[in-house]
Amino acid sequence: MTPALRIISPGLSTTIQDVGRSGFQRLGVSVSGALDLVSLHAANALAGNPGNTGALEALYVGPTFAVDTDDTRLAFAGADAVIEILDDADARGGEIIPTMRSVRVRRGQVIRVGSLKNGATLYIAVEGGFAVAPALGSVSTDSRGRMGGWQGRPLLEGDVIPLRRATASDRDEYLIDGLDLAAPRRFRAVLGPQSDNFSDQEIERFFASEYTMSAGSNRMGMRLEGQAIGHLRGFNIVSDAIATGSIQVPGSGQPIVLLADHQTTGGYPKIATVISADLPALGRLPIGSKVSFAPVTVEEAAAARRELAATVDGIAGTMVRLSIPATAVAERLLECNLISGVQDAAA
Amino acid sequence: MLDYRVLPAGDTALVIEFGDRIDRALSTLVLSLAQALDAERIEGVVETVPTFRSLMVHYEPLALAASSLIARIDALMQKLGSSEIVGHVWHLPVCYDPRFAIDLDEVAKRTSLSTQQVVERHSGPIYHVYMLGFLPGQAYMGEVAAELALDRLETPRTKIPAGSLAIASRMSCVFPLETPCGWHVIGRCPVPLWDPVHGTSLLAPADQVRFVPVSMREYETLATRASQGVLRIEPVSEFVGAVA
Repeated sequence: MTPALRIISPGLSTTIQDVGRSGFQRLGVSVSGALDLVSLHAANALAGNPGNTGALEALYVGPTFAVDTDDTRLAFAGADAVIEILDDADARGGEIIPTMRSVRVRRGQVIRVGSLKNGATLYIAVEGGFAVAPALGSVSTDSRGRMGGWQGRPLLEGDVIPLRRATASDRDEYLIDGLDLAAPRRFRAVLGPQSDNFSDQEIERFFASEYTMSAGSNRMGMRLEGQAIGHLRGFNIVSDAIATGSIQVPGSGQPIVLLADHQTTGGYPKIATVISADLPALGRLPIGSKVSFAPVTVEEAAAARRELAATVDGIAGTMVRLSIPATAVAERLLECNLISGVQDAAA
Repeated sequence: MLDYRVLPAGDTALVIEFGDRIDRALSTLVLSLAQALDAERIEGVVETVPTFRSLMVHYEPLALAASSLIARIDALMQKLGSSEIVGHVWHLPVCYDPRFAIDLDEVAKRTSLSTQQVVERHSGPIYHVYMLGFLPGQAYMGEVAAELALDRLETPRTKIPAGSLAIASRMSCVFPLETPCGWHVIGRCPVPLWDPVHGTSLLAPADQVRFVPVSMREYETLATRASQGVLRIEPVSEFVGAVA
């Protein structure tokens, strides 16, 4: 039998994502990929995979799935969540583990991931990765273009997602301690490309305002509510290309930050673009978050990108072997208010 | 000297903007820069995305500084005046039958034309492919005859079928996948425009397209062959345009 994970409940919206599908935007193909590339890399590091391997990206509410292989290694990184490992689908309770660690699971066990806390995105990597065919060089799910991932769509109950490896390698489990996933006070953005569609006063107003991420947000874009931004010459422009992080201002004046699944072209003026180094932190923000922006230069943005690349390269160095019952684990559990869950499970 | 502006789109993309209109001369400039830049194969350039009036250049700033990229683009601009763009000429079969053309009556009413006249006006011109966007393989083709120019629907439809041919303002598109859409649907094209397996689009920017009306019976024959994967469509000729 093909080694697989069998989806019992898909959660709110769970897709397979890697670092995205670049090179085809000129044909109208979105880049897609993980909203939070740092956590994707962290999950893969814990699972022992190359950082760009496709993993499950769960939004807000995690999936429940069964292990259909002798044994395998999972790794969780991103938002906090109650992750229960049940001996079978009928078990009342099981071991509870926190995010930011790897775990070995065996055939028949059921992994139940609850609601995410302190973030919108959680990555679930499996050692060796999923055995899904890349579409145009990537396994990222493009739901609008219906390609990549699992049948080009979010997972559904009953899906059986094949794995590349039938067994976990024999090694210790790890946790990541000290990877900073906190949101910056202000997200850095470079002015343009259409900043001249806005008066200096409106640009100042934009950078001085605090916005709230609204419920209409999704993988295509983060819709913000707050101070409306006025246009100098109307809100329709002749369509041009969109970069991830573009902050477009439609007729309502309420900005939309375009995220991984954004369409390749669009017709609203874009006042500024969130810098690439701040996109992972932006991508993990949940609805209701307060968001504000700070202007930086392209050179400052490139320096920040270099710093983030070093952080990602250094993730492996922050991994701690789990065989020692690390106090860090207890601390993380406390942070997640999971201690009662552990006691229940132990009772 | 060519008139253009280089604008930042964050730290991993630049926009080279030639204007803010939909205009074939601007489009030719955009496409010739895209072809010239792609031919340079500059290390650190990830991809280029031509649009109506600008070219977006995605780059890796840790391999190629923005200032170096801009210098390379400025140098290319000096030679651009004499360059040509090359595209293909396509004749695309389209069925304007009311069973597909759900907005044909409404378009006729709003333009004070008969449905037959709408079809004639739409299938008359040779369209220029300005850009691909919104969906994989979706070509923006212009210009639709001025008398057919309508604003988008006030309330977009949640779903139109793959292959739908639609118009809005001076543009025409065939939507390669089922999609929400606020355009006026006036027909359907049986030719698949997007090959998801190979990641190829039938149409490319700079191509020229003429829509050839076919009957429902001809449509069905072509659609059946398309679903069997045996519908082959070849360009009728090459198109070569020059930067004015």
